Amino acid sequence: MSSIQINAGFMPLFDSAVLVTACEMGFAAGEGIELNLFRETSWASIRDRIAIGHFDVAHMLGPMPLAGNLGLTPLASETIVPFAFGLGGNGVTVSNAVWEGMLRFGAQPTLDPARNGLALKELIHSRRGEDRLLRFAVTHPHSGHNYELRYWLAGCGIDPESEIEIVIVPPPFMADALAAGRIDGYCVGEPWNSASVVTGKGHIATVKAAIWRNSPEKVLGVRRMWAQDNAEALAALLRALHKAARWCQDHRNHAELTALMARPAFLGQPAEIQMRALTGSLDPGDGVFRYVEDFFLPFDKAANFPWKSHALWFYTQMVRWGDVAHSEANALTARECYRPDLYRSALKPLGVALPGANAKVEGALTAATPVGSAGASLTLGPDGFFDGRIFDPDALDRYIEEQARAGTTAT
Amino acid sequence: MLEVVAMTARPLNILVIDENRIRAAIIEDGLREAGHDQVTVVHDVSGIARRIIEVGPDVIVIDLENPNRDMLESMFQLSRSVNRPIAMFVDRADSASIEAAVEAGVSAYVVDGLRKERVKPIMQMAISRFNAFSRMARELEEARGELENRKIIERAKGILMTSRKLSEDEAYALLRKNAMNQNRKIADVAQSLVTAAELLGPEGLSR
Repeated sequence: MSSIQINAGFMPLFDSAVLVTACEMGFAAGEGIELNLFRETSWASIRDRIAIGHFDVAHMLGPMPLAGNLGLTPLASETIVPFAFGLGGNGVTVSNAVWEGMLRFGAQPTLDPARNGLALKELIHSRRGEDRLLRFAVTHPHSGHNYELRYWLAGCGIDPESEIEIVIVPPPFMADALAAGRIDGYCVGEPWNSASVVTGKGHIATVKAAIWRNSPEKVLGVRRMWAQDNAEALAALLRALHKAARWCQDHRNHAELTALMARPAFLGQPAEIQMRALTGSLDPGDGVFRYVEDFFLPFDKAANFPWKSHALWFYTQMVRWGDVAHSEANALTARECYRPDLYRSALKPLGVALPGANAKVEGALTAATPVGSAGASLTLGPDGFFDGRIFDPDALDRYIEEQARAGTTAT
Repeated sequence: MLEVVAMTARPLNILVIDENRIRAAIIEDGLREAGHDQVTVVHDVSGIARRIIEVGPDVIVIDLENPNRDMLESMFQLSRSVNRPIAMFVDRADSASIEAAVEAGVSAYVVDGLRKERVKPIMQMAISRFNAFSRMARELEEARGELENRKIIERAKGILMTSRKLSEDEAYALLRKNAMNQNRKIADVAQSLVTAAELLGPEGLSR
């Protein structure tokens, strides 16, 4: 009997590792599925191909399925998220000129978001009267990158709407654009931050893990209609991805993993530079490697669990920056997009640790916390925001209101 | 001026963005044949924002594989200069033509409010020309593969002729017989032989 075929699109980014590994290291085959991977060149292409059914599932930016379901993008099909590809992994890199400017205002190569954000704010204020704003790039409007960059800037008193320009640049072109002076900084996943550091063209100012510890990034987007008609196949895929993610997290496999991802069909970047994301040991630009705890987690800390509070936080940022109006219906759409129930039911037969709740209060855990879960042990967090704010998904309206107020006083 | 685009039959401004110059030329050609004389072709997306403001396109045709589509889409959405949202494809309900376009590898952005009848022929032309281009590229690839195969078979024959002291015809017959027995292509059998010979080195060949 032939196995079930699943077509999956992915972008050549390091956090496609779990999907690539599921296919290449035999985890998918072990679950009786044949996973066909298709490397894409833009998120728009992934969106188009999943919409018309070329792909059943795809590697996606965490907020992307929300944007589609909320009707913010052309040609969207209803997409659900039953699995996340990891936590963290991004950084904010600035040009040498901007870094030198920031140093004058107290920046340090410690990746500290509060300190370096304040320095950036002082630099921006000292540039008032110059004919152009600093220009930062992100990979996509509906991306963790865009929202965490804006969260960081706004939290440091920089209005991302008026005091800085934010443009879109594809990840592999970021380092070139920075070197050529077309942009002054960017927020992107590794290895594209270190790519500017190793060529001496940029400094990493801060990282996602410091802006919001253990925060969501890429997810598995699944066409809802396909999921409905192929519940068994989806469950098998989730089990394969779970095993692949565990394999990716294990440091004994990192040499093999980076060699696999270095192949041109996948990420196509040297193993050494990939290792920085895996070990969390990064050179911000001064030649001294610094260890960032939980820089990127493909598996640990329930990294694959599609928390509804993650979807809702993305939603609050979409509201904050005017992508969508807040309404009960829209909040419901966001809430229903991430599907921890599917994750749980698929993994239950494996007897692994599963979070009992569907959402958590984000930013509430100040230390790694063991949580009760059937049969096995599980550790969550810490999950703090750099500014100490708390996001309670049950108090959505209040959070959105507070943000709106903070936005007007920032300038 | 811009506001009356949808109402009158003013000629459409069409912008073609394609890094592949040959394909771009084929598309441009098709558009001109169809009577569109306001066609701008851009190969390089650097500085595209300014070009879009200058051209003020009603329709933008772009290859689906262009890595800058995310940047372009966000620019269309934010663009205050063009002053109108630009939506993809003519009609979301027209799923057959959307599928045909994505399959052909072409994507299009159309100013909001432009009448469907005016855009559809452009899309259909782009789809068929993209398909024709892919067919051409595929045929070229096949021809190239054919040439490679012939070279490999020649090398395999040479190996057999030296190592087994066969005539050229006998060497070919042996390859063909093996291919038939193993249910493989002659070129594949020849490739295995060449690889094996390379692994064994000169000693293996001259034995």
